[in-house]
Amino acid sequence: MRRALTPMATARRPARGTRLLACLILLAGVLIGAPAYAIDPTEMPDPVLQQRYLALTHELRCVQCQNEAIADSPAGIASDLRREVRDMLLAGKSDDDVRNFMLARYGDFVLFRPRFARKTAWLWLAPGVLLLVGAFVSWRIVRARIALVPGDNEPLEEDVGR
Amino acid sequence: MNRFALPAAVFALLVVVLAIGIKHSPDKGIIASPLIGKPAPQFSLPSLTDASRTVSSTSLRGRWYLLNVWGSWCGSCREEHGMLLEVRRSGVVPVIGLDWKDDDAQALSWLTQLGNPYEVVAVDHDGRTAIDWGVYAAPESFLVNPQGIVVYKCMGELTRQVWEKEILSRLPKQQQTAKS
Repeated sequence: MRRALTPMATARRPARGTRLLACLILLAGVLIGAPAYAIDPTEMPDPVLQQRYLALTHELRCVQCQNEAIADSPAGIASDLRREVRDMLLAGKSDDDVRNFMLARYGDFVLFRPRFARKTAWLWLAPGVLLLVGAFVSWRIVRARIALVPGDNEPLEEDVGR
Repeated sequence: MNRFALPAAVFALLVVVLAIGIKHSPDKGIIASPLIGKPAPQFSLPSLTDASRTVSSTSLRGRWYLLNVWGSWCGSCREEHGMLLEVRRSGVVPVIGLDWKDDDAQALSWLTQLGNPYEVVAVDHDGRTAIDWGVYAAPESFLVNPQGIVVYKCMGELTRQVWEKEILSRLPKQQQTAKS
């Protein structure tokens, strides 16, 4: 039996090698990815709280690492801040209570989604203002181009006449 | 030439805006503390050297103090230690330690080895008081006035330059030369 199968097995060998490679790549991916899952093992008692907890920890910036949310950061301060979020939610505080708590201590920078305040107004208004500027500029260009086209009915009439 | 005037102006404006952005970039590691000009956060913590004693924000009221956040695990704290000892010797302003998420035994041996610049050290094991102060990386130092208002925050190492330019200048004249 084995003998009979040998040619087929030989034929499959490269495929097996590829499969092995694929497995190794997958394994590497899992190993590299594992710490990301291990960062925050916190589990809230009910799914609604869990959802709010996840949303909040993803929108609060780790002030030490600065370009990571506290949910993704292994820094000590991030885990301390996650603990504060958890405890406040368990104590029945609202999402805004949590945001204001962080804001009072770490300033606007702690929020990945900035609030609307005098200091941050330009962040919110600039895109709209730029859009208006862009619209105005294109309107001007279009109008200038229209003015360049001579009265366009006459040649048509000439055509008809011919 | 005229048709380039507007794009050039817009470009110049963009350069200015981006330059401001880069200059204020938090990548320089400094996040302006929202605490400046506001009352110092309340706290009440055990003392490192005498566990029966508590150090509280109310007991610190009525005089200037410098709250220094440190930990024996913190490398830059070692760098600034000499300056803190010098501040202590000058007697200009008391330095209050906030030992952040540290091991008591290690903190005590740190003080025995390097000298103790602190009038008293409050122990913050769980890091909650540090969060109230908006601490995110040791060392940090806060200058608090007798009314309990945070006047200045030094992020990172307290250097001689910071001491002379930022802290001494904020203290009242008669205190700047105090020797005790």
